[in-house]
Amino acid sequence: MQKNSIVGRRFPWHIVVFLAPAVLVYTLFMVYPLLDSLRLSFFTTTANERVFAGLQNYVKLFTNENWSWNFWNAFRNNIIFFIIHMLVQNPIGLLLASILAAKVKLHEVYRTVLFMPTVLSVVIIGFIWQLILNPLWGVAQSILELVNLGELYGPWLGRPESALITISLISVWQFVGIPMILFYTALIGIPEELVEAARVDGANGWDVFWRVKFPLILPTVGIVAILTFVGNFNAFDLIYTMKGALAGPEFSTDIMGTFFYRTFFGQQLQLGNPTMGATVAAMMFLIILIGVLIYLFLWQRRITTYEV
Amino acid sequence: MATVAESARHDLHLGHRIRRWLGGLGPHAVLLAYAVIALFPIIMILMNSFKSRQAIFGQPFQLPFGEAFDPVGYQTAFARADFVQFFENSIIVTGVSLILVLLAGSMAAYALAEYDFPGNPLLGLYLAIGIMIPIRLGTVSILELMVDLQLVNTLYSLILVYTAQGLPLTIFILTEFMRQVPREMKDAARIDGASEYRIYLLVLPMVRPALGAIGIFTMIPIWNDLWFPLVLAPSSRTATITLGVQQFLGQFVSDWNAVLAALSLAMVPILILYIIFSRQMIRSITAGAIK
Repeated sequence: MQKNSIVGRRFPWHIVVFLAPAVLVYTLFMVYPLLDSLRLSFFTTTANERVFAGLQNYVKLFTNENWSWNFWNAFRNNIIFFIIHMLVQNPIGLLLASILAAKVKLHEVYRTVLFMPTVLSVVIIGFIWQLILNPLWGVAQSILELVNLGELYGPWLGRPESALITISLISVWQFVGIPMILFYTALIGIPEELVEAARVDGANGWDVFWRVKFPLILPTVGIVAILTFVGNFNAFDLIYTMKGALAGPEFSTDIMGTFFYRTFFGQQLQLGNPTMGATVAAMMFLIILIGVLIYLFLWQRRITTYEV
Repeated sequence: MATVAESARHDLHLGHRIRRWLGGLGPHAVLLAYAVIALFPIIMILMNSFKSRQAIFGQPFQLPFGEAFDPVGYQTAFARADFVQFFENSIIVTGVSLILVLLAGSMAAYALAEYDFPGNPLLGLYLAIGIMIPIRLGTVSILELMVDLQLVNTLYSLILVYTAQGLPLTIFILTEFMRQVPREMKDAARIDGASEYRIYLLVLPMVRPALGAIGIFTMIPIWNDLWFPLVLAPSSRTATITLGVQQFLGQFVSDWNAVLAALSLAMVPILILYIIFSRQMIRSITAGAIK
């Protein structure tokens, strides 16, 4: 790649003009707030004045019984939320993508239909499932009775032990289109000759998939995993829509996003606390950063050797 | 002996054929099953939104014809909430943000791809950080900034935040695409005396497929977002359709007709747009794969 050398010419104003709008908006409304929010996590508000408090907020978050219980509860729930996505959403996405990539009849129609829930708002999805699962309406129950599984039905969203799993599966239902389309893109990009060569060597479909295709799409596996991680630890809308800011029952569906919102804006009787909110956001920042760094330095570095 | 061998071969042949036939059927069974799972809840809502309360609960699986038909839910929805205003807000916010993201993003991507100025790779890295770090984590400071700028409860606040949110990925992808535009073409234009701005306008149509895909992936999260409308512009005058529906549903939670109608109203425009553009959309996403 060669570029125009600008050395020895007059000042290239056009480069500034091209870059300025994006750099300004990005810096002012994204980078600055993120950094300022980190800064605020070291402050506290007393008598309407913001004073530097060092690590006080963090100490409070981890040692105050109430705060630390909420934090670890939200963190644990978020891990469960993420694990369910990794174990259910991404394998289903891969399965659907591999079938679609085989160019079965009507694959374009299937592709359109399967991706459909993904384009809808999480708010709509949350309400739709709330209605479908509602015992008053009884639609879910009727369906289960149809396949003789009627006794399995229960108020899943209302029970502390099943609410989080139910909401996770609803999120999986909505977002399965994303891994599907990413895997699909990777799979149809595999050169036909490689697959043919394996077939000639006597490999069956199963072998071709796991020994030839899967290693070739490993970079996409990594991308899907990190996108799922960032998306899950940033999730909020679905739980807020279905369960409100209190993420009930008994905080059993509370994840980092809802905990952040509650801390920042307050809830029924408790006032919001911006600096503690910033502290929770800083912890989310740290969690996501660790995930991204693991992806960049452990996964991606190891995976490059496989690239063709 | 010969007949045994022949019949064995015949069996093998038959077995192979059955397996092939089943093998062809299996994928369809999986796709069809999942398609039903994907569509069923959406269809249930759309269908029942046109029915009377009695029919919704009495025959939820029946089509909304004959006696079951009743548009009362839509009447309530339109009478009690300004859905037209919500749509207008969403269209303005999404449309203006999208134009700004594509314009500012393509300009920056062009500069990064085209000119070798000091600090170029560093600036590219700086602009890419935002791909992985969600802008939501800066909400506390964004709200304070918007209060200082007196932009709370205006659509401007949403447009500025969504533009900032959309830029990092847009710039990252477009820079890659712009690097692939042949050098000869730009140099020929330069020899003809074209200005750098003119060359940018020349390059832009050549990355159109990328612009399309980025446009869609910028648009969907903006249209569907609940967080920033809730935090920055929650007034009924500035509510987007996502927030408007969320608040409406919270208020009318026991009026099933109105709830189903509001959900359908929020879904239908996106579904229509999606069905019209889905082929181009998926093609532009997968375009990078087929070289």
